[in-house]
Amino acid sequence: MNPAAAADGARRPLPQRTLLWLWHELRVGVPIALVASTFISVMFDDPFVRTMVYSLCIGLSIQLLIEAGRYGLAAWLLHQGADSASLREHWPGWKWMLPWCVGAALIGYFGGSLLADWLTGGQRTHSPFGTNLRALSLILMFSLGFTLAAVWFFYSRSRMMTLQAMTVAAERSAAEAQLKLLQSQLEPHMLFNTLANLRVLIGTDPARAQAMLDRLIAFLRATLSASRSGSHALADEFDRLGDYLALMAVRMGPRLGVRVELPDALRALPVPPLLLQPLVENSIRHALEPKVQGGRIDLSARRDGDTLVLCVRDTGIGLAHVPPSNGTKFGLRQVRERLATLYGTRASLTLEEAPGAEGGTLATVRLPLQQSPA
Amino acid sequence: MTARALIAEDEPLLLEGLRAELKSAWPELEVVAAVHDGDSALQQALQQRPEVCFLDIRMPGTSGLEVAQALAEDWPAGEPFPLLVFISAYDQYALQAFEAQAVDYLVKPVQGERLAACVQRLRARLAERAPAGPLPQTLEQLRALLAAPTGSPAAGGRLEVIQASAGNTVHMVPVDDVVYFEAADKYVRVITADKEHLIRMSLKDLLPQLDAQRFWQVHRGTVVRARSIVSALRHESGKVTLTLRERPERLTASRLYAHLFKGM
Repeated sequence: MNPAAAADGARRPLPQRTLLWLWHELRVGVPIALVASTFISVMFDDPFVRTMVYSLCIGLSIQLLIEAGRYGLAAWLLHQGADSASLREHWPGWKWMLPWCVGAALIGYFGGSLLADWLTGGQRTHSPFGTNLRALSLILMFSLGFTLAAVWFFYSRSRMMTLQAMTVAAERSAAEAQLKLLQSQLEPHMLFNTLANLRVLIGTDPARAQAMLDRLIAFLRATLSASRSGSHALADEFDRLGDYLALMAVRMGPRLGVRVELPDALRALPVPPLLLQPLVENSIRHALEPKVQGGRIDLSARRDGDTLVLCVRDTGIGLAHVPPSNGTKFGLRQVRERLATLYGTRASLTLEEAPGAEGGTLATVRLPLQQSPA
Repeated sequence: MTARALIAEDEPLLLEGLRAELKSAWPELEVVAAVHDGDSALQQALQQRPEVCFLDIRMPGTSGLEVAQALAEDWPAGEPFPLLVFISAYDQYALQAFEAQAVDYLVKPVQGERLAACVQRLRARLAERAPAGPLPQTLEQLRALLAAPTGSPAAGGRLEVIQASAGNTVHMVPVDDVVYFEAADKYVRVITADKEHLIRMSLKDLLPQLDAQRFWQVHRGTVVRARSIVSALRHESGKVTLTLRERPERLTASRLYAHLFKGM
């Protein structure tokens, strides 16, 4: 059974859920009891119907006891303050279940026999379920084996379901993270304004329109693959940021200036793709766009011992003028999360007022050098 | 039909593009002002008095909506108020609000057919328009637009104390002591019964942190404590003069907020 169906089951009304549960129990218990009764009736030359009544009574009693113990013990342990995924899946652990199974097999055997005696009218003296010691021990062993096998079945099934559910949850959260990254990089406002500019250029300056379209294509390609691939060279990172900034320069005209400083020695170093993009976007959107006269963005990389230092600096309105509700935090959090996932505590992102008379904001990313991200 | 228009759009190419498309869609339209930011838009509109204003929503400094608000407040009484068309690339909250208020808007990239329909509507409305002032309907629309969610909900809760620094001292002013707040460029003047402070924050950012029941916005640059208002005097122009309990000066409530002062 797949976890989606399990989740679906949990949403159904109670009577339906109870029936479903009963079916899951009986489709294990009844066939085992039928196999057992066939085996015994052949072996002891006993009437099949009566053996079947005994097998069913004993088997289902044992199953009932085990399941009661499984649910009861798990609930009790949870109530005591213990907590784990398997407890929530009604599995108290073998430490509790092994002795309980032995007990359940014994009690279930005798209880089930009594029930069957009553049902068949007390003919136990003629049956192998009666006083024949050799048969009794054989059947007891059989019951115990059956019990453990059934428990093992339930145990592994619930374990498999837990694992499956965990895998699905992990896959979903990874997909969500990817989607968020993509969404933030393909900010609709940016995309539609860029397209609007393209539409104008196609009519007035086709050559420039083509150049702009090429930039857009390179940016889109990088964005779509960035959420998949692990790393690219720092020179590529700066080129992609260059594409983005070129698009913004068409839109903002003379209001946007760009300076890039990338030492040759650092060009080939691996960095996570489009790591700096949210920072550049924040600078444009929250620092330069609101400023009537515009400003400049400086991208730079330098080496500091065994640390790679990447800076995005703008001459925009500055941190003090950016209201906290403005969504800047989303981009920052996303960069921080990526750094934490890839490098743990060895990488950092800081945001501060840029030094110097021009003002603005300085974002600094520090990464461990020569360490290819996983 | 001849008409005069203002276009406010911060992206130079888009401005020229719209100008060119308008030229073919509405040849008699004369673009009397084409500006790149909100402040220039407001200034030029008041100076040139165009019949139509195309306002980009997202512009540096003052947004298109804020320009509309300022126009409604400062437009001279007796002059016909311009028809407003808002332009946005992608702003689902704003677009929903425009839709709900039946205000004209264009979505970027602006497509020929859509622009032609817009021009047709503008022409029809110019032909039938009332002679003077912002129409009550326009004021109603603007009120609703300004009250609509902007997509960035206010962070944090209510402000209890205003921290105003003067030199090395920070004055702690309980919000309850404030008679009114007044916008002054990028600052806000905080006026109590006997003192005046300056805080480095815009009124726009301060407003969501104030209790709207106790503090009423009466003008785009003024927020006053309701309890401090003694009386409100209505003028023919639609403006309202407020007399205060703790202060001698009078405040002006603009047309946009005049509806707050009605007898019960």
